[in-house]
Amino acid sequence: MNALARHRYHRAAPVVLVLLLLALIAGIAAAVSTASSAEATTATADDVTEGQKLFAANCASCHGLDAQGTDGVAPSLVGVGAAAVDFQVGTGRMPMQASGPQAIAKRPQFSEEEISQLAAYVASLGAGPAIPTAEQVDPALGDAANGMELFRTNCAMCHGSVGGGGALTQGKYAPNLWETTPTHIYEAMLVGPQSMPVFNDANIDPEGKRDIIAYLKAQDEGSPGGLRLGSIGPVAEGMWGWLVALGLIIASTVWIGARSS
Amino acid sequence: MGARLDSAAAGTANYIDERTSIGGFVKFFARKLFPDHWSFMLGEIALYSFIVLLLSGVFLTAFFVPSMTIVEYDGPLATMQGVEMSEAFASTLHMSFEVPGGLLMRQIHHWAALLFTAAIVTHMARVFFTGAFRKPRELNWLVGFTLMILSLAAGFSGYSLPDDVLSGNGLRIIEGVTRSIPIVGEYISYWIFGGEFPGEILIPRLFTMHILLVPGLILVLIALHLFLVFLHKHTQYPGGGRTHKNVVGLPLFPVYTAKAGGFFFVVFGIVALVAAIFTINPVWNYGPYDPSPVSAGTQPDWYILFVDGALRLMPGWLFDVIPMEWEIWGYTLSWNLLVPALILPGLFFGFLALYPWIEAWATGDRGEKHVLDRPRNAPVRTGIGVALITFYVVLVMEGSNDIIANLFHLSLNDLTYFFRIGIFVLPALAFWITRRICFGLQRKDRELVLHGKETGRIVRHEHGEYVEVHEPLTDEERWVLIQHDDIAPLEIEPEFNDRGVRRKGYRWDRFKQWLSRIYFEKRISPVTAEELAEAQEHGHH
Repeated sequence: MNALARHRYHRAAPVVLVLLLLALIAGIAAAVSTASSAEATTATADDVTEGQKLFAANCASCHGLDAQGTDGVAPSLVGVGAAAVDFQVGTGRMPMQASGPQAIAKRPQFSEEEISQLAAYVASLGAGPAIPTAEQVDPALGDAANGMELFRTNCAMCHGSVGGGGALTQGKYAPNLWETTPTHIYEAMLVGPQSMPVFNDANIDPEGKRDIIAYLKAQDEGSPGGLRLGSIGPVAEGMWGWLVALGLIIASTVWIGARSS
Repeated sequence: MGARLDSAAAGTANYIDERTSIGGFVKFFARKLFPDHWSFMLGEIALYSFIVLLLSGVFLTAFFVPSMTIVEYDGPLATMQGVEMSEAFASTLHMSFEVPGGLLMRQIHHWAALLFTAAIVTHMARVFFTGAFRKPRELNWLVGFTLMILSLAAGFSGYSLPDDVLSGNGLRIIEGVTRSIPIVGEYISYWIFGGEFPGEILIPRLFTMHILLVPGLILVLIALHLFLVFLHKHTQYPGGGRTHKNVVGLPLFPVYTAKAGGFFFVVFGIVALVAAIFTINPVWNYGPYDPSPVSAGTQPDWYILFVDGALRLMPGWLFDVIPMEWEIWGYTLSWNLLVPALILPGLFFGFLALYPWIEAWATGDRGEKHVLDRPRNAPVRTGIGVALITFYVVLVMEGSNDIIANLFHLSLNDLTYFFRIGIFVLPALAFWITRRICFGLQRKDRELVLHGKETGRIVRHEHGEYVEVHEPLTDEERWVLIQHDDIAPLEIEPEFNDRGVRRKGYRWDRFKQWLSRIYFEKRISPVTAEELAEAQEHGHH
């Protein structure tokens, strides 16, 4: 029997094949997703016109055709800037899924191009914060230690010590920040969406904002101590202590205490 | 080989015995009998997790620096580079990230601490619900209770040692609570912290408390606890041949030495496994202590969470009318701290500590008890126990209200309003439901004794009647269901004697009768011999 035929029947062969298949799928997915996200964004007059059309079709029912807002329903968008649009629409919070204590992040409804067109239109209505550049939000350029000190003084009381999220009053909440992109984190600080206060450049300077992003992105590495149980503090630890540690041990007492006869 | 080993062992034993006469003790202990049941091992979990705590704690003291001197961090952790911190915090980071196995040891120590307190509470619940605290074991209940309080002290002092933001906030709350004590609070707080909070001497003081004072006391009390267990002999669950005057079980050697010895490694193994998989107290997330920041999810470890919950539950204004903070001659009296953090835990723990005496006194039952109650046969006690647990759980849930609100998308405010009512209603409801369940189970027991087990076999008689065949219980099974005492409520002398003169001490007697009625007014009596004979007669014809 030749070598290939022998190896074909090796016990590990199915596992190796499955792993190869998975690697192939993951490789294709990675290639496709990088290809789609590598698009440049520069606003032109065309964008503003396109954005206005999109706005009239998707946003005007609440914010008004001239984006002046509707009392008690939606705020005016004059002067909120491109950053606010990129954050709200880019994280899927707008258009709002349902009215509730606060808008919920969901899969974005528009493509990146459409979002930039909407942003260009809203920015053309009045001066407001712009979308930060890639360099402004690059975590590699930030100082994570300074970010830690800024984060825990300014952000941790709502978002938790490492951005795991936390509750606010009346059903509102500060979301988990681990999945949020650096650009969106930066924009949220600039515009202060929903319950969040605005952290303008006098409050936390652009370098400070980048340091905070660096600190949050440092959490991507996970916890050196193992699974982090949501990083929400001792309540989760206590529950796991009771359920897992004590639960396993009590199960073993029942096993040990069972009569052998 | 075997013979050589035997003679070596015998020689060593003899050598020691000739010089210490220890053989008698060994024989005494080895032959000591213990009844067998899994729930008797709950206290062992606490003991073994304490041993794990001592072992891992010794490792940690080798690297921890109990000092509040400020240093600048210079280690492998990127998020702490150049940050100012106390030596306590810096050494905690050092032992976590630079000492091989250090982080695992820290996590073993902390998980073991959570397990230690949880096992104590579980063990205490077993003792409570089975009535194992009754005479002659009331004093040992008190020793155990003190151990529970000491475990809280050990836990809290250790939790505060790394000098991180999370534990510092906990200490700040303790300081506030201390200061709420009228007149002396301020002085006590200054005395604890050596001046204004946080001061510079707290960590060394907590260190001494955590590694010397509290564990020393715990060790002494564990010795006393176990000595009393030996002295009283172990309680046993009801069963054939088991009475208040004997112990039915297996000898310590070889059965329990093997079981208990093996069980230690089970406990250590599970703690090590959990510590290797799950992060606990990631102080590097919280950062070095600084009095200004407080992050979301700031809570103490679970065993102190009920105090946090009580503080969160307490309204600042009662019904929006009565302020809970009074100003008297320029001094502040903070009921909103005093009530939830001192008075309430004081009453709760006081009741728990004194329960053996409360029950003995209320029921008037003064006999020695070595056979345990089945919880259903003491419906009021079981109800009280479940009500206490419910009360405690409501406080713990309120202490975690932000986590619950966030996880289940609820309103934090509504949760607090719910628990403010729930703290009164839910324990009462729990008591009532539990008592009903106990009565139901007792009735089921009676049914079983009188009519036997349902077999599911339906037989049709010649005349057309269908009956289900019931299988009578074995003597062993029946004994368990009918052995318990049937105590009637206290009967007292009438208020007036035959000459119409009012009796002295009548009111007191009436109070005792009232208490006794709470326990025994409503009861399901166990099946008597006559009832059983009658039922069997009935079944046979």
